[in-house]
Amino acid sequence: MSLVRMLAVGTWLHVKQLSRSPFEIATSILIPLVQATLAVYLFRASPQPQALLGAAVGAGLMGVWSSVLFGSGGAIQRHRWEGTLEVLMLAPRRPVLVILPFTIATAVTGTYSIVATLLWGRLLYGIRLTFADPLGFVAAVPVCILSLGMFGLLLASTFVLMRNANALANTLEYPIWLLSGMLIPITTLPGWTGPLAAVLPTTWGSRAVRAAATGGEVWGPLAVCLAISLVCLALGALALSYVERRARAAATLALA
Amino acid sequence: MTDSGIGVLGRGAELAIEAKGLRRVYRSRTGWLRPRRTQVEAVRGVDLTVRRGELFGLLGPNGAGKTTTIKMLNTLLIPTAGTARVCGFDVVRETMQVRRRIGYIFGGDRGLYDRLTALDNLRYFAELYGVPARDQRRRIGEVLELVGLTGRERERVEGYSRGMRQRLHIARGLLHSPELLFMDEPSIGVDPVGARELRATVANLAATGTTVLLTTHYMAEADELCDRIAVIVHGRIRALGTPAELRRHAEGRRVLEVEVYGVDDGHLAAIRRVPGVRECNVEERGPAQVLTVQSDAGRDVQPDMLRALSGLRLGRVEVREPTLEDAYVAIVSESSAPSSDVDQLETVGVAS
Repeated sequence: MSLVRMLAVGTWLHVKQLSRSPFEIATSILIPLVQATLAVYLFRASPQPQALLGAAVGAGLMGVWSSVLFGSGGAIQRHRWEGTLEVLMLAPRRPVLVILPFTIATAVTGTYSIVATLLWGRLLYGIRLTFADPLGFVAAVPVCILSLGMFGLLLASTFVLMRNANALANTLEYPIWLLSGMLIPITTLPGWTGPLAAVLPTTWGSRAVRAAATGGEVWGPLAVCLAISLVCLALGALALSYVERRARAAATLALA
Repeated sequence: MTDSGIGVLGRGAELAIEAKGLRRVYRSRTGWLRPRRTQVEAVRGVDLTVRRGELFGLLGPNGAGKTTTIKMLNTLLIPTAGTARVCGFDVVRETMQVRRRIGYIFGGDRGLYDRLTALDNLRYFAELYGVPARDQRRRIGEVLELVGLTGRERERVEGYSRGMRQRLHIARGLLHSPELLFMDEPSIGVDPVGARELRATVANLAATGTTVLLTTHYMAEADELCDRIAVIVHGRIRALGTPAELRRHAEGRRVLEVEVYGVDDGHLAAIRRVPGVRECNVEERGPAQVLTVQSDAGRDVQPDMLRALSGLRLGRVEVREPTLEDAYVAIVSESSAPSSDVDQLETVGVAS
């Protein structure tokens, strides 16, 4: 119980800390709006009636992914700059329990993107927010966000070790958007990308959320997303314990 | 390994810290095509023991290895060689047991969540450090009261002054009632009144049985607070003893302080050549400089020194007995001198 409480308090306070940053809020909302606008112009010619809603949801998911990616990496780096990484790692807790709250928090603040892109689509382009499976959508979004938070944990392990982790984050943003089919269908990509896409929780999460919005199977992809994310959590926990020891040996917990 | 019960009590030896031959080398690599590797030996074999309940000072110039030593003892860094036990537990193999028993407080603006309130910061760290939920409210209230932040706890930390931040650091470090507190330059940047309050807080902690390892640049602080002091220079402990014992390093010396305007390297070199002069340092104080010259007690260097400063405007000239700071300067200067035997560990008093 105390563990759940610690994770909940940690996540809530990190969400609070992130939500009070004008920069974080602006990037969580404005960039997805630009992407949503581009997506609407790309898909407005589609004969499918739900294409625009799918585009808005997809742009929102891209925002969540960016938030997790830069949040997990950026948060580790920010904690390093602010001198809090050492204090956190000094807590008598397993590293996974220290890092998980802020990777989930970055995913939670990423939901601003989905809300923003849906509102933007509705108000500016008159996209009707009629979801094919409203209950599925309400379930899929938080599960997808939680899953991305766990995936972020696996990424975070590399950031603990690397002082220049931002460079890695920059290279991962667009490939994951593409491979996960957040905006364009995976079927349009070359065949060799299929196995890569299949192991990414983002692919299944995005498929479940889009299906809930525009129609299709929701629960199956959502279960696969959650399962892969739990594997990421387990791997991330192991990696973080290893990496924390490496970081103590390499002296990378602090800036200098 | 169990972390409770008889095993722990059995390990609850008299020593809070026991370090043997601690070494730490930092290795770095720059460049990709033609990588250039550098390594710096920050700590070169530190042997140290601190008794439970002792207030121990670790002094040294910038880059001497104080923070690295602390970080090896508090588990943030793995030593390159040597061993250390904190509260009876090995700092490399029994990390969690060590972390449960220690607190770490450092100076400066960093290390807090600025956009959260002090209360939120303390709530989070209370959770992380395993303070039971039913005790958190009381404990947070106690530490806020102790550091004088009661009533300000609902303000965001970004609006705090440096002194308030420092006090919040201390509150956070004390939340889980650690047996051993590492304080790394806690008074840096704190105004004199704040520093005095800080010293009182540290003294109270020590009086209630908390072991404290303190690093500071302020000799008066170390002199007032510490039971024993180690002076570390170039990664090695050069002197160890009570403040009174350390002061003996400056025995047989006399200190001359001169307020002067416009002294330069040429003047300093001339003073250093005066027979009987042992050390010569200059400190900027507003428009003036204060020249501190240590000389052999039996030799009056004042006429020669004033001759070396001829042509400069002089202010106050004072002869005084050596202080701990003078002893510290003597130890550091001797250790830094090219002719000094860098492998020589000089121990004053009883090294327990």
